[in-house]
Amino acid sequence: MDTGTTDSPADSPGAARPVLEAPDIARALTRIAHEIVERAKGADDVVLLGIPTRGVYLARRLAEKLAGITGRPVPVGSLDITMYRDDLRLRPTRALARTDIPGDGVDGRLVVLVDDVLFSGRTIRAALDALGDLGRPRAVQLAVLVDRGHRELPIRADYVGKNIPTSLRETVKVQLAEEDGRDTVLLGLQRPAASGEQ
Amino acid sequence: MLRLPGASPRTPGHLISAADLSRDDAVLILDTAEELARVADRPIKKLPTLRGRTVVNLFFEDSTRTRISFEAAAKRLSADVINFSAKGSSVSKGESLKDTALTLEAMGADAVVIRHPASGAPYRLATSGWIDGAVVNAGDGTHEHPTQALLDAFTLRRRLVGADTGIGRDLEGRRITIVGDVLHSRVARSNVLLLHTLGARVTLVAPPTLVPIGVEHWPCEVSYDLDRVLPGSDAVMMLRVQRERMNAAFFPTEREYSRRYGLHGDRMGRMPEHSVVMHPGPMNRGMEITAEVADSDRCTAVEQVANGVSIRMAVLYLLLGGNEPAVNQNSQARVRTDSHARTDSRTEESK
Repeated sequence: MDTGTTDSPADSPGAARPVLEAPDIARALTRIAHEIVERAKGADDVVLLGIPTRGVYLARRLAEKLAGITGRPVPVGSLDITMYRDDLRLRPTRALARTDIPGDGVDGRLVVLVDDVLFSGRTIRAALDALGDLGRPRAVQLAVLVDRGHRELPIRADYVGKNIPTSLRETVKVQLAEEDGRDTVLLGLQRPAASGEQ
Repeated sequence: MLRLPGASPRTPGHLISAADLSRDDAVLILDTAEELARVADRPIKKLPTLRGRTVVNLFFEDSTRTRISFEAAAKRLSADVINFSAKGSSVSKGESLKDTALTLEAMGADAVVIRHPASGAPYRLATSGWIDGAVVNAGDGTHEHPTQALLDAFTLRRRLVGADTGIGRDLEGRRITIVGDVLHSRVARSNVLLLHTLGARVTLVAPPTLVPIGVEHWPCEVSYDLDRVLPGSDAVMMLRVQRERMNAAFFPTEREYSRRYGLHGDRMGRMPEHSVVMHPGPMNRGMEITAEVADSDRCTAVEQVANGVSIRMAVLYLLLGGNEPAVNQNSQARVRTDSHARTDSRTEESK
């Protein structure tokens, strides 16, 4: 989506303003890890499932922090939601990402879904459907790095790194070292609908 | 090309020939199949992706495994499946392909999987304008059988490169030997084209009478001596001797064929340690392959059947999953495989 030529300064990636930097992201994840331990009373049966692509990296980081707090390894995996999306027929076919469920499965466990940005809530709706086909967790919770508002479904996050009130014309872009070479959250302006797709 | 969501009708993609697939198309299909193969290990072996879509299996020729494989693939993606076999249908009363196609169109088929004894029937169906849906070639005459070639390539990649390490990779530099009745084999034809696209070096081994005319234009080598080729092969693909097409004297006796071109334990022993034996099935035990080889760990025949479902799920998903197919389109409709494009679009469109 970001490949077109840019003709006004507001459209260029340089105009995107960082709202979270690497230390902020690290602190937010540490706090979320502590909140998970607190709410799950020790996090004995927690399974972290990241939603590709960046949710997976966030889930792995959270798992490391949880292991540091509890002294036990915490199972972590990924949950691809492509096949469960409600907008599949509205756009060209998408490539699939990896679903990787930890060995002991999700039955009877406390599953914490992890994603980078919570927006319409449709991704999470799809994730809940996907999870339902994989087993029956004791409970499902949601951790996101950024909640930007504008929900289209009755879904809310249990753990939020940062609430960033946005307008619909703005874009929120999470960059993580594993994928993008650096940790940051950028707030920018949407390009005018040049692609004709939205 | 401007496309509004849901406004314009789907542009159908088709899978007619392995030659239509670029290297990237083929790797995308294999990667998608690799993810979909994991669905088979789940308690609920079903995805909701093609709910409300109709897939018609249009079989003018006998087939068990291909039809069942396509049926299982479509059902695992929640599509509705209509099986149509020529026997006991109006085709046996003399209905033409066109009228059959128009009937299917009227019933609203989103995809037609066709097997036909005439080479080119799927192409005719796809280009005639009789139907709007996607056409998938499930074997036409002695022409092609692209999904078989894809599942063979998938099996090869899993065995020779590895299931997880193989993601995004092709078969560069692997030496594949295809042995047997190449003349009548649509499997061989599709495999030569696809494996070449994926970077493998293919050698055909067959009696001279069973090598097709024009083979010098194929992207492969030809040999008449199996024993010389075996030690340098990463995989040997045994073709079925098609008794039903043996209407002329292609070789003196079955015993002589079996002695010169059949795979038995001794010959298998001369293959490299890591190499595998493939067979598209159904096998003629004692003819092109002995029971000893067929039942050994190196024979992937059963694995190929399981992989067939994953490959066909991938093909159906990539052709029907979106508003534009991901493979075999001229331009616009390519799926975005580079991870940046993929994740960017996800972050912006749909959180």
